[in-house]
Amino acid sequence: MTTHSSTTEAAGEPARGEDRQGFDEITILWISEGMSCDGDTVSLTAADQPSIEDLVLGLIPGLPKVNLVNKVLSPSLGGEDFLAPYRAAARGDLAPFILVIEGSIPNQNIIKGDGYWTSFGNDPETGEPQTLNSWIDDLAPRAWAVVAAGTCATFGGIHAMAGNPTGSMGLADYLGWDYRSQGGLPVVNVPGCPIQPENFMETLIWVLYHAAGSAPPPPLDHMLRPQWLFGRTVHEGCDRGSYYEQANFAKDYNSPKCLVKTGCWGPVVNCNVPKRGWMAGIGGCPNVGGICIGCTMPGFPDAFMPFMDEPPGGTLSSLAIKPYGAVIRRLRGVTNELVNHEPKWRHNKRKLTSGYDPHYRP
Amino acid sequence: MTTTEARAAERKPPQIVDMSWDPITRIIGNLGIYTKIDFANREVVECHSTSSLFRGYSVFMKGKDPRDAGFITSRICGICGDNHTTCSDYAQQMAYGVKPPMLAEHIVNLGEAAEYMFDHTIFQDNLVFVDFCEAMVKATNPGVLARAERTAAPRGDIHGYKTIADIMRAFNPFEGEIYKEALKVSRVTREMFCLMEGRHVHPSTLYPGGVGTMPQPTAFTDYLSRLMRIIDFIKKAVALNDDVFDFFYEALPGYEEVGRRRVLLGCWGAFQDPKVVDYRYETMNTWGKAMYVTPGVIVDGELVTNNLVDINLGLRIMLGSSFYEDWVNEDPFVTRDPLGNPVDMRHPWNQTTVPVPQKRDFDGNYSWVMSPRWLDPRTGDHLALDTGGGPLARLWSTALSGIVDTPYVKATGDSVRISLPKGESLPETTLEWRIPKWSNTIERDRARPYFVAYAAAMSLQFLEEAMGLVRSGDTKVFENYEVPDEAIGCGFHEAVRGVLSHHLVIKDKKIANYHPYPPTPWNASPRDKFGTPGPYEDAVQGQPIFEENGPDDFKGVDIMRTVRSFDPCLPCGVHMYVGKGKTLTTMHSPTYGANHG
Ligand code: SF4
Ligand code: SF4
Repeated sequence: MTTHSSTTEAAGEPARGEDRQGFDEITILWISEGMSCDGDTVSLTAADQPSIEDLVLGLIPGLPKVNLVNKVLSPSLGGEDFLAPYRAAARGDLAPFILVIEGSIPNQNIIKGDGYWTSFGNDPETGEPQTLNSWIDDLAPRAWAVVAAGTCATFGGIHAMAGNPTGSMGLADYLGWDYRSQGGLPVVNVPGCPIQPENFMETLIWVLYHAAGSAPPPPLDHMLRPQWLFGRTVHEGCDRGSYYEQANFAKDYNSPKCLVKTGCWGPVVNCNVPKRGWMAGIGGCPNVGGICIGCTMPGFPDAFMPFMDEPPGGTLSSLAIKPYGAVIRRLRGVTNELVNHEPKWRHNKRKLTSGYDPHYRP
Repeated sequence: MTTTEARAAERKPPQIVDMSWDPITRIIGNLGIYTKIDFANREVVECHSTSSLFRGYSVFMKGKDPRDAGFITSRICGICGDNHTTCSDYAQQMAYGVKPPMLAEHIVNLGEAAEYMFDHTIFQDNLVFVDFCEAMVKATNPGVLARAERTAAPRGDIHGYKTIADIMRAFNPFEGEIYKEALKVSRVTREMFCLMEGRHVHPSTLYPGGVGTMPQPTAFTDYLSRLMRIIDFIKKAVALNDDVFDFFYEALPGYEEVGRRRVLLGCWGAFQDPKVVDYRYETMNTWGKAMYVTPGVIVDGELVTNNLVDINLGLRIMLGSSFYEDWVNEDPFVTRDPLGNPVDMRHPWNQTTVPVPQKRDFDGNYSWVMSPRWLDPRTGDHLALDTGGGPLARLWSTALSGIVDTPYVKATGDSVRISLPKGESLPETTLEWRIPKWSNTIERDRARPYFVAYAAAMSLQFLEEAMGLVRSGDTKVFENYEVPDEAIGCGFHEAVRGVLSHHLVIKDKKIANYHPYPPTPWNASPRDKFGTPGPYEDAVQGQPIFEENGPDDFKGVDIMRTVRSFDPCLPCGVHMYVGKGKTLTTMHSPTYGANHG
């Protein structure tokens, strides 16, 4: 295999659920006020295996009763009324809860004076917008588990790309990669831009089984991704793979052949979408004619741009494909390693190092 | 703006209360509505709309490969990302001088049609309609609910519900029949979308120059069979909505004033005609008018223009209440358009975005949203156009222009006729949307299911033409090109909730400037430098309040309905009540009330 597949130490609560009393009821506090497009919430409503209604209505056996607080689906009132459970959790009056964060975390530390990049309701003391960062500071230490939904929240994603003005980063960059929740878990990262609906639901449900005391914690890889979903590459699940093997490459997007020369990063990207499809087995990326742009990866988007050109090293590995074997796997391993890291400018320091220049003229 | 002169005659001494809703269960980002309500005279006297999210696409696109623009800008919106990719590809195709093959245009049209069907359905039935459902009407206007129980539904033979109250019950969240069915339909339509564009929200198979979607007959068969499964749901949705909205006018006389604005509508057009479009700026007026949704600016009921060149040149981005530095002193990127017309410094081609985070001040700067306006050449006014939530402007503009004439959809000059074939339980049906008397909350909402029918009908034509090409062996879906050293481009399209434009400047084969203008900045804009309020502000400000509750248990349902009628970008959460208001003591005191948890 060309990718990391070892279970991370990080998922290290004693793995035997039966040692611990499970919860009968748990609240999910979902905040999508990160730097995001809210596409992960929307994607979630596409899940049908199982669906969000199934979860909320208690139709999945063995789970605790789930109180989902998410603005799309919550029948609660908005404004302060909507914020009430979040405020209660921040005070320590609501437990246990799972905190789901959607969107990248901007760097408030680079703002001089007042102002904010993004907020969630108003601060009751000042009446000014209450920053996302202050919510995370209040909620993360009290959360039983923390789940990052989508590549923005996991690794920073689009809003953290080179030249961004907000100093955005992923949740684990913000909390520290050694963060542990009340339940002993690291941040559970479900990348994808947006999340593949069923990948997210399945992970959430595993965490809930764990909360019920009937499952060990989900096995995560070194980037805190569920191993069974992100353990293999796009390429390994792509139905154009046999073209690749025969060194039969598409010259443009009119072709059903392997897309590596027109920009597909599948060989070094950890993602199961070509195999699983996008929803209910339909759609996807290289399998239906879209190049893989690496949207689940820590290095996304910068490491994969320009998207529509052949990835560096693509020629080498596609030329060498005939005598394929150990060499290719090693080369791939190197590239995979490379794109499995975030750029250095994603941090919470007082300085913006993303290369931001609003007055850019070539 | 709403006028309530009749009521003015019997004015009581005002009893003004600050009421705010923040977060309003969301747009792409964070929307807050801050109002002052006169409970003695039951009207909203002031409204500010604010957004507290900055993300900076126009900044971090600079210096990147222009071909990446569609992939990146998709991420602006988590529900209509594909509209951005499509619009970006239109702008790039102009800049690169490339015309995608016919089949690619059909595939894009089919994807966009599925998007409209999906998004409008989940928004209207699962979110907007909660404001009209039994539980909500009971909590806000019990008298109206009692009347609904006694009122027979005029179109019951189509949708099967006996009384208006039965319909309202079917929309109760999670329990109601239509609520649940709509969630399922929203999945089927998304599957249709994925067949054409790979993934929803952010498509994987759209490229400048065409698509990568494999044009096998199977893709079209799979799309058609799904469409036919939902075609009767669409016919019923129109009938259900008409019944409830007609009832509201009748049960609450004066309800037409809720959310009413001057007719100031903009539509940038959708669904290219593959036989006409060549993406050249010089011919944009011709291919723009050939779109299957006709672009147009409508002022006080009159069509000012449906020429995309005029529309383009009239765009102005204003500051006034936004957290940005002005760019007047920067060098312009574009001084003349390709036809030689002068381009203004406040045009998106020349904009430079410099964010300045600061405190929120309703007397000064209070929003991350800028104020897009359209300069009316006849009057010199900078118009705060709205999108009517999308469908209202699209149908109005198409109807007035009277150009669209296809087997399934026909514009007549004052209406649009839409024919849908026979489905499982309902016969072939022709629907007619007529230009309404008002641009108000109810008509914005009513237009939405009609546009779902419109998109469904157009997709039948696109399917037939696409299959015709495939059967004749013409399966080319992508055209190659070179990225030029220097070029400009613009794309005009309709996101689900209204006007969408992308403006692009290329220098040294890199993006020198890029400005996307989605519908929400138009609708949610704050006061501009002339003091003109944005459309949400304008529609809410001055509107009457029909809710029976007083300040202590006020839900704000009439205000919610108005804001939501514009489709604030996401299928957003359901209600936005903050609890008890606080009688006005200082100007900007926020209101707090909820104390559970
Ligand atoms: S299209 Fe991409 S993922 Fe599929 S075989 Fe080729 S390189 Fe691998
Ligand atoms: S295949 Fe590539 S582009 Fe598609 S979802 Fe996976 S990582 Fe993203």
